[in-house]
Amino acid sequence: MQTLRRKDILGLEEMSAEEITLILETARSMREIMQRKIKKVPTLRGRTVLNLFYEPSTRTKASFELAQKYMSADSVSVAGTSSSLVKGETLKDTVRNVEVMGIECVIMRHPVSGSAYYLARNVEASVINAGDGMHEHPTQGLLDMFTILDKKGRLEELKVTIVGDIRHSRVARSNIWGLQKMGAEVVVSGPPTLMPPDLEAFGIKYCPCLEDAVDGADVVMALRLQKERQEGGLFPTLREYAEIYGLTSQSIAKAKDDLLIMHPGPINRGVEISSELADSNRSVVLEQVTGGVAIRMALLYLLMGGVKEE
Amino acid sequence: MALTHKATVMDEKGIMQALRRIAHEIIEHNKGIDDVVLVGIRSRGVPLAKRLQAHLNEIEGISIPLGILDITLYRDDLTERQDQPQVHTTDVPFALDKKHVVLVDDVLYTGRTIRAAMDALIDLGRPATIQLAVLVDRGHRELPIRADYIGKNVPTSSSERVDVKLNEIDESDQVDILEQ
Repeated sequence: MQTLRRKDILGLEEMSAEEITLILETARSMREIMQRKIKKVPTLRGRTVLNLFYEPSTRTKASFELAQKYMSADSVSVAGTSSSLVKGETLKDTVRNVEVMGIECVIMRHPVSGSAYYLARNVEASVINAGDGMHEHPTQGLLDMFTILDKKGRLEELKVTIVGDIRHSRVARSNIWGLQKMGAEVVVSGPPTLMPPDLEAFGIKYCPCLEDAVDGADVVMALRLQKERQEGGLFPTLREYAEIYGLTSQSIAKAKDDLLIMHPGPINRGVEISSELADSNRSVVLEQVTGGVAIRMALLYLLMGGVKEE
Repeated sequence: MALTHKATVMDEKGIMQALRRIAHEIIEHNKGIDDVVLVGIRSRGVPLAKRLQAHLNEIEGISIPLGILDITLYRDDLTERQDQPQVHTTDVPFALDKKHVVLVDDVLYTGRTIRAAMDALIDLGRPATIQLAVLVDRGHRELPIRADYIGKNVPTSSSERVDVKLNEIDESDQVDILEQ
């Protein structure tokens, strides 16, 4: 397969292994451009992209903006007002604005699950979901798979353990869908209060004891713990969480020797991962960031680089 | 539209002799190959560049650097083509600054591929010169571009196709003209 026959990238649940493979392969070629002295190709000259972020983001936004610059696309970034939850009527208005501005691709992060689908249905422009509520964050899932593939040479038959707040995590959802499609085995661990009620629907194993969950694992991915979950009473204290579910050299002792430690960032050091592990050579957190730019370049090319089918 | 075979213009021996002659011409033109590097354009320019490298090594006794260029991201027809070309990796693992770069491709036709390749090269560094070696020049240029080293000039009409087969990719060595 050499063409992505879709207008939007909304989630990995709806994508095939073949499509994911094409994106990962294209991203590998894009990474070479990032290693050049002149980090720019003329491919998307004169094409316009809008970055629409209704939630604060540093890494994802910077990564998308860099990818656009490396591909020579013109872009505008708009940050939604942080205080008022922007949805319904307002998003509809935004859609109208996008259309009259002649924008060809919209990158959107929004606190409401499904908002990217709503946007995609209502605009002709391509939409890339940069995180919608608790639903999906497909580019994060893709860059995580890209990093694993780069380090391990394959995704099939790897054991990947995802630790933390699976229930509220769009990163976890995208990874679970993507990794399973690519033939990896996914195990999740974390407090039962932070597990989704429909865990079986994902077809993955839940292992409440971290030590057992990482037994024989090739990759362990820690998710960021949001402080507001504590206020909601879903776990007692950060300290207790770190004690039971924090990655330390003891808690991951049963994993394979060449274990990769991943985190979507930003890390709460000493909570999700001990400082010692975060700085160890098994941590690939920085490779994840580099891979993120390559993945986003690949998606921009695949969505905007050709003629759309009528 | 089915294409029929019109003529075979080069066979295995012809290709070998042409490349060997080009190797000699590269040496003569650059007065040696100390600062010469080869860059093959994907896909069929790559095996041709490798063969040139082997010929040059045989004649001069040094193996000069060889890079691979993918020009997909530099094409000028991305918004016109229905089939989106797949991006492959560019691999030029040496500095191009002050080098004499010999670009290698199979067929020189409109010149648009070479225009894209030159833009790509210049993004990678500042060569002393860029030279062009092609196995076949079939004419019909749309840009002011010419080759420095030509295996064979093949006059064609634009409805014909020049079909280059190379052992490394196609399991035979042959250049054919196909017509509608």
